[in-house]
Amino acid sequence: MASLVAPQTLYDKLWASHVVHAEDDGTTLLYVDRHLVHEVTSPQAYEGLKLAGRKVWRVDSVVAPADHNTPTTGWERGIAGLEDPTSRLQVETLDANIRAHGARAYFPFLDRNQGIVHVIGPEQGATLPGMTVVCGDSHTSTHGAFACLAHGIGTSEVEHVLATQTLVAKKSRNMLVLVEGALARGVTAKDVALAIIGKVGTAGGTGFAIEYGGSAVRALSMEGRMTLCNMSIEAGARCGMIAVDDRTIEYLRGRPLAPRGELWERAVAHWRTLRSDDGARFDREVRLAAAEIKPQVTWGTSPEMVLPVDARVPDPDREKDPVRREGIERALAYMGLVPNMPLTNIRIDKVFIGSCTNSRIEDLRAAAAIVRGRHVAGSVKLALVVPGSGPVKRQAEKEGLDRVFKDAGFEWREPGCSMCLAMNADRLEPGERSASTSNRNFEGRQGAGGRTHLVSPEMAAAAAVAGHFVDVRQWR
Amino acid sequence: MEKFTTLNGLVAPLDRANVDTDQIIPKQFLKSIRRTGFGPNLFDSWRYLNTGEPGMDNARRPLNPDFVLNQARYQGASILVARANFGCGSSREHAPWALLDFGFRCVIAPSYGDIFFNNCFKNGLLPVVLTQAEVERLFHDVAAFPGFRLTVDLAQQLVSYPDASRAFRFEIDPFRKLCLLEGLDEIGLTLRHSDKIHAFEERRRAEQPWLFG
Ligand code: SF4
Repeated sequence: MASLVAPQTLYDKLWASHVVHAEDDGTTLLYVDRHLVHEVTSPQAYEGLKLAGRKVWRVDSVVAPADHNTPTTGWERGIAGLEDPTSRLQVETLDANIRAHGARAYFPFLDRNQGIVHVIGPEQGATLPGMTVVCGDSHTSTHGAFACLAHGIGTSEVEHVLATQTLVAKKSRNMLVLVEGALARGVTAKDVALAIIGKVGTAGGTGFAIEYGGSAVRALSMEGRMTLCNMSIEAGARCGMIAVDDRTIEYLRGRPLAPRGELWERAVAHWRTLRSDDGARFDREVRLAAAEIKPQVTWGTSPEMVLPVDARVPDPDREKDPVRREGIERALAYMGLVPNMPLTNIRIDKVFIGSCTNSRIEDLRAAAAIVRGRHVAGSVKLALVVPGSGPVKRQAEKEGLDRVFKDAGFEWREPGCSMCLAMNADRLEPGERSASTSNRNFEGRQGAGGRTHLVSPEMAAAAAVAGHFVDVRQWR
Repeated sequence: MEKFTTLNGLVAPLDRANVDTDQIIPKQFLKSIRRTGFGPNLFDSWRYLNTGEPGMDNARRPLNPDFVLNQARYQGASILVARANFGCGSSREHAPWALLDFGFRCVIAPSYGDIFFNNCFKNGLLPVVLTQAEVERLFHDVAAFPGFRLTVDLAQQLVSYPDASRAFRFEIDPFRKLCLLEGLDEIGLTLRHSDKIHAFEERRRAEQPWLFG
């Protein structure tokens, strides 16, 4: 007998299974399973809760680390190592709020499992398939790699979720991004993400929930899938997601907060249903051929300003649209680049390997493989490796990757957001140029006047050794 | 939340696309644990000639004379006309807080970053979406006529010229409109559905117990 239910997308399923209440106009109260909290976007929310005399609705949904402000050196000095008094106040405010209100798990500054919120969620098994996951942080889209409906929210919404366990939301439209075929050697999930953004633009996904599919996506490891979903927001989409498969399940098995025993079996049976039905309808489809994707380098001040490494810096004179032309001119002036120069001629001052996009163990292994037995170029002032979490750092040290990096002249740091947004001491000085594995090349993102080029870990590592960008496909 | 009903205000233009939240309020100012006081650092890296840090006396910092909001004719503006994808980037609610603290109550642009757009409504800052052509018209007129003002009428969903020579209609989600017009506390509204939330939660706990505990 034919089913009477229309085929649903993964997003449709995730949405429908979290509706608490819906108004006729589509305004919906959506239930939140996992609420990730960090020190920068939560203090005003807890303050609001207190002022209104409200309590946290479901304490066991909250998982929190301190990550954005925390220093990556000086941990041996304890809390005194957090020298910036304003950063320290935020970190201590989070401590006080978690103490007062509670959490399922808390990873404060200096905790051995502390790390970037989007690294520790999956690592601890706090992110499970079928969940709604929210956080006052736009890269919450990362968790969509586990077939979660995961997206960033503002501080008022953080307060709303704390107080009600729900969000007021309206459904987005469905977008499918298909990447078919095999990626070439030296081409990574980061390059796929950047290539997609280059194709659809930074507003291309606005109003959409993206699902990534195709053989190239299925072939990615869970860490690669996280990298891909992480950058959905850079394509304008609040969330990006990938269906559950064996890899998803194997990744989660045995994680500290994942279910065990009989519950595990039940959970897995449910998780296997978390995929788009055959024939499900998408409002927009975008296709990319994996074989055509090359290592990517951003040249401008928006992630859509990206090109393959063998290309040249764009020439604004060739752009007909006046707003776009001005955008290119302004970006080139800020970035200190001249039109038509090969991207491989761009010399860099600093290298940052880290962030919620690329700070997991596979990223560090890939970068280490490039630098093993070589040395950072003399012209590079600082090359940083910042693991995404305590467990990532310990695993890397177990494998001797810290030695590989240190022998090559890299600094090996404590986990945190670090130079991704430079709220701590790790930053670019005005005019300095970085090769960075993070996700945003906005003006001043890595320090006022700093110039950021987004690349994969392999590309960043190779640039550190060469002192300029190189095509890792030719790295021997 | 402060109500938004009608606003008659001076208009300022910000003529660039993809203005991201890192530009609206740079990260060094996110270290505050309050919702107020961000106005002096709105667009900090464009507005001043030196690099801003929290705790500086902003009144003594050198202003960038080329930055549009520093021009005498735009002092006291409460309406900002901007380009596509305004407020893209991070979820920091400090961006609408900074715009409000500076004195803006309304932004007009062809499109916005999703999370920023959402955050505006939670704070009584109205983000109006007009067509590309209408926004183009506004950029033209704000440059051509010093002291250019607009009236934004939320109930009528109209942006109009004071001399009534032009009016642009805009769309807005009815629930968001109501919340703004009445200055409603959204958490209070949601908590009227407490029974439903409890019932949903209990069902979920029974069906997927591994999500709890
Ligand atoms: S690593 Fe960067 S993008 Fe990721 S959560 Fe931290 S600051 Fe945000």
